[in-house]
Amino acid sequence: MNFIMAWRNIWRHPRRSILTIAAIVFATMLLVFMLSWQFGAYDTMIDATVKIHTGHIQIQAQGYQDQRDMRKVVPDPNEIERILTSLRGVKSYTFRAEDFSLVSSENRTYGVLVIGIDPQKEPSVSTLEDMIRRGRFLEAGDRRSALAGEILADNLNSPVGGDLVLLGQGRDGSIAATVLTIKGIFNTGQDEFDRTMIHIPLEYFQELYNMRGAVHMAVVLCDSLTAVPAVKERIAGALSGIDSSLAVLDWKELNPGLVQAIQMDLVSGFIFYLILIIVVAFSIMNTFLMAVFERTREFGVMMSMGMGPGRLMGLLLMESLGITLIGVVIGTIAGAAVTWYFQIHGMVIPGAEEVARQFGLPERMFPQLSFLSIAVGAGIVLILTVLSALYPAFKVKGLKPVEALSAV
Amino acid sequence: MTIVECRNVKKIYRQGEVSVTALDGVDLSIVKGDFMALAGPSGSGKTTLLNMIGGLDSPDGGSILLNGQALEKMKPSQLADMRLHQVGFVFQSYNLIPVLSAVENVEFVMLLQGMPLQERRRKALAILDDVGLAGKYGRRPAELSGGQQQRVAVARAIVGAPAIVLADEPTANLDSASGKDLLKLMQEMNESKKVTFIFSTHDKMVMEYARRLTLIRDGRIVEDRRK
Repeated sequence: MNFIMAWRNIWRHPRRSILTIAAIVFATMLLVFMLSWQFGAYDTMIDATVKIHTGHIQIQAQGYQDQRDMRKVVPDPNEIERILTSLRGVKSYTFRAEDFSLVSSENRTYGVLVIGIDPQKEPSVSTLEDMIRRGRFLEAGDRRSALAGEILADNLNSPVGGDLVLLGQGRDGSIAATVLTIKGIFNTGQDEFDRTMIHIPLEYFQELYNMRGAVHMAVVLCDSLTAVPAVKERIAGALSGIDSSLAVLDWKELNPGLVQAIQMDLVSGFIFYLILIIVVAFSIMNTFLMAVFERTREFGVMMSMGMGPGRLMGLLLMESLGITLIGVVIGTIAGAAVTWYFQIHGMVIPGAEEVARQFGLPERMFPQLSFLSIAVGAGIVLILTVLSALYPAFKVKGLKPVEALSAV
Repeated sequence: MTIVECRNVKKIYRQGEVSVTALDGVDLSIVKGDFMALAGPSGSGKTTLLNMIGGLDSPDGGSILLNGQALEKMKPSQLADMRLHQVGFVFQSYNLIPVLSAVENVEFVMLLQGMPLQERRRKALAILDDVGLAGKYGRRPAELSGGQQQRVAVARAIVGAPAIVLADEPTANLDSASGKDLLKLMQEMNESKKVTFIFSTHDKMVMEYARRLTLIRDGRIVEDRRK
């Protein structure tokens, strides 16, 4: 009967209850959608960053990530290849070598990062091939060939087919100098990449910079983002008996800026959500305070009949839980439905194209509905709104029967 | 057999610097089966005394024993338990729970007592029949007349088999015919079920029906006689 009473009390003032439920529905819906949106955006950002450049995991010489020293190398890529070929969870891999050098066109010179890539393996790890806007991607057998970022090519005033003079320092300290022909021009959408990078064939890089067969990194793409920790552990385990001078780094260690950006976005998002939920919680508290004030005499009658304060408090909490559950369930279903729609069709935020481009994100973004995005939003609303009903409930607990009975 | 024993009960209400003596040394014994009217003008202390006996309020001095237990020594939870099992209340303005039907209102006390659903439903229906509300079990208070609501209130008060029923001006909101019907009903319950009733009232009709009349004035018992 307690449940029946609580249920009927909820609908005693239908308009008030509906408004309160509507506030909870709105907050839950918004939280489910926004959290899904955030998680979807993070997945897209991570995926974009990983596929443009770093991969999920890299094997490098110890300390290379912090100090890009030409001489810190992975000396035997063949050994690494043997490990990676047989490792579960590894989708694809490639090797790269890189160095900072000067490139010049007819009358302009820029400092750039020269990256040696394997033309056959690179497309299985990165999206570089898809980002070629003019010319073509590198091919097996290419030697004095280069892919230049679009902004760099414009700055150097060098079109596809144009020549670049490259001047750098080899692994052994010797001069690395050559003339390269631009075979293709890429646009990653990230200005920093497009302004400062050229790619050349790995074999030619090793020859030019006197690498003696070494590379600077093995870049690994895993089956999925969630598989990364396990794959990293397996690689580290396999390497431990072979070469202790090598380090295995995951995408978080390779992109600390991205991780920080995600963390900051999460924190600022949660502050916004907290404010939203607090507003809703006050609405709930107001509803129940009103109920306590209006029904004080009724509570007095119940107490006169022998209902203990704890049981009375339980009745009120049941009412608040009822209202909250109705709101949270409807809000979750509605929020999931809206999110599901945009997860399929995507959403373009007008005016955000430039920002998205800077982060290498597509114009059309897709929220990612997950158990976490549903449970976190609904759970927070549920907990905070029930907590907000505690104050009115405790107020009832302190009522004295004779005072309650004389309430108007 | 004495059910209630009031010994030199005092109650003073303080509001700021003003003190009002509501009960000024009341001595009173109520025995099982009493059908008693506690009469007096407004502000004489009738309701205060009823609240004290029912454990709704505590005295500032003296002692009240209900079935031999001193109420002033009980904790709030013990008082609630005592009210649940030993006291029934009938209020002037009925005070039924508006979201419950007539039968649910009657059941409510038995629910608090922990009685199984089927048993309490059977008892509630039977007692509603006894108070003349057969067929009106499912009606909410708003769908009943004042007299009918007060009958539900009486049924609710006696269904838990309390030692005593305290009725605070039970006829005050009823027309004379309904008031008379209610008094007859309570008289019948008193005689057939041996329920002890105490009414606070200044209604002459209630005083006529009562077998014991106790007059209170300025917080003191000035007359106490059995008819």
